[in-house]
Amino acid sequence: MDRRSFLKTTAATATLATLGLPARAADPLKIGFIYVGPVGDMGWSYQHDVARRAIEAEYGDKVVTSFIENVPEGPDAERALTQLALEGNQLIFATSFGFMDAAVNVASKFPNVKFEHATGYKRAENLGTYDARFYEGRAIQGTIAGRMTKTNKIGYIGSFPIPEVIQGINAAFIHAKKVNPDVEIKVVWAYTWFDPAKEADAAAALIAEGCDFVLQHTDSTAPQAKAQEAGNVYTFGQASDMEAFKPAPRVASTIDNWAPYYVERTKAMLEGSWTADATWGGIGSGMVKIGEITDAVPAEVKAEAENLIEMIGSGEYHPFTGPLNKQDGSVWLAEGETPDDGQLAGLNFYVEGISAEMPK
Amino acid sequence: MIGGIDIVTLVAALMAASTPVLLAATGELVAEKAGVLNLGVEGMMILGAVAGFATAVTTGSPVLGFLGGALAGAVLAGLFALLTQFLLSNQTATGLALTLFGLGLSALFGKGFEGVRPPPTPKLDFGPLSDLPVLGPILFHHDWIVYLSLLLVLATWAFLKFSRAGLVLRAVGENDDAAHALGYRVIAVRFAALAFGGALAGLGGAYLSLVRVPQWTEGMTAGAGWIALAIVVFASWKPERVLIGAYLFGGITALQLQLQAAGYAIPVHLLSMAPYVITVLVLVILSATHRHGAPAAPAALGRSFHASS
Repeated sequence: MDRRSFLKTTAATATLATLGLPARAADPLKIGFIYVGPVGDMGWSYQHDVARRAIEAEYGDKVVTSFIENVPEGPDAERALTQLALEGNQLIFATSFGFMDAAVNVASKFPNVKFEHATGYKRAENLGTYDARFYEGRAIQGTIAGRMTKTNKIGYIGSFPIPEVIQGINAAFIHAKKVNPDVEIKVVWAYTWFDPAKEADAAAALIAEGCDFVLQHTDSTAPQAKAQEAGNVYTFGQASDMEAFKPAPRVASTIDNWAPYYVERTKAMLEGSWTADATWGGIGSGMVKIGEITDAVPAEVKAEAENLIEMIGSGEYHPFTGPLNKQDGSVWLAEGETPDDGQLAGLNFYVEGISAEMPK
Repeated sequence: MIGGIDIVTLVAALMAASTPVLLAATGELVAEKAGVLNLGVEGMMILGAVAGFATAVTTGSPVLGFLGGALAGAVLAGLFALLTQFLLSNQTATGLALTLFGLGLSALFGKGFEGVRPPPTPKLDFGPLSDLPVLGPILFHHDWIVYLSLLLVLATWAFLKFSRAGLVLRAVGENDDAAHALGYRVIAVRFAALAFGGALAGLGGAYLSLVRVPQWTEGMTAGAGWIALAIVVFASWKPERVLIGAYLFGGITALQLQLQAAGYAIPVHLLSMAPYVITVLVLVILSATHRHGAPAAPAALGRSFHASS
């Protein structure tokens, strides 16, 4: 558990305060973050930290940021959030789904502190949520994988069976199937966001099953390393660009671009206009970015993928457009129909054609 | 193929997945046979993981990396030996402290190595043997550490069973006072056994960060050291059974993921629990069968020795 960087930042702040530096008009705005993995995961938590540094770059000495990494989802998150609130942070970002209840509890204890929770759905007066439409990126990934797969088997490493992940599996499958009717998707649940050994084993199991594309909804680059070792297996950067694995196995990526949002929320705090709301950004708003599609992808597939990015970005096309049936064959969306955000946020079933069973 | 599970792939996967634990458990077995209980396996493994990774990345040589990992494990075990054998500290408490110390120290050293890729460890080339049906992928399609781990189990077994030095080591573990009276240097033997155990734990850790993942991340051993300790007990202190135990644990992990990949909706938590349930069962059976005979554990296990007593 590394808290040194956190301690350093807080210690620095404390020293500055006690030294009584030339009095400024206002004290800097203190912003705190908790991460579910280490900053060095090169995926999810790394990307949040990139955005944290973007705030510092934008506002300089008007803000002081600090973070606690490797915070387990569960009771410990509540302790970490409380600690940040007691340190005097006025805006606190809780950056994982499993921090939801902890954020709700701590937010009610500190009504004057503003909280932002990533990917959750519980809100309060001083607790807003923000999320990215990762499924839009999955649609692109599904299209590329469906076109390129030789074994017609696409592997998917799931973290936990929650709506955010299920949206991704469905979106990837729908779009792979659209361009390749023979494709099937195999899902392995790792029951963790970050455990490189387990993620590597899961990738190895999928590759052994004959999957030549491995999509991951976990945070480390271990599956990329496994795919590289196997050769002839392709992956997509998850959360971060994971550019170290270009041009193959990583042929494209979905990048969580939190920086503009974090900067905007900081601005709102500085101006005193912050209110709790629910933001759900996608390719259109720039919160989801698709990383470079490498030359390992044939030109016509690349063009098709880029066209899809364009259409999703402009709002012309929704990745979940009917006719779509649920896994049991019953109708989910009629011809041309698209789901509303509430429906998507609670998505808890596979679409027709996925043979895997959803874990209970 | 049985029920959609490819047995050959499963066996090949479980051999690779079990290797870190197998190495660590073999090392711990030797230490315990000499009468020392070192609960710091997890700490030695993770220090080996980071040291091996750092060495391999810096030098570009995985072989040097494995050596570095083994050395780091041995050094940490040396610290444990110094504390428990010369300064006579409590072995259980010192071992637990060693685990915590190793976890913290490795996180400190590993900061600069996150997100870095290690040089690859190639699989050994057996030529046409690797293409044999069934046997090829199982026996002739691994990296050299897997074979080394099997050799080490064999060597440990032979050493303890047939060699004079092995007999001395067992004597020290069974009755340190008697061994001392016969003129054997109890402390020296235990020191050597601990260093060997530490080296193997470090090697296992290095295998984790250099081959199995391959990547360094904080806390990546995720309890493998504790499993190694459980396997030694499960094996009732016999090297050949350590092999069975390690492959059983590794097998269930691999099976669990493969069953999912094959499309079974299995209760993952139940399967993950299975090795521990089996260990408890084995312990019960052991204690029941040994009621009238000699206990399986070395008699002097966990007892401090001082020549004056």
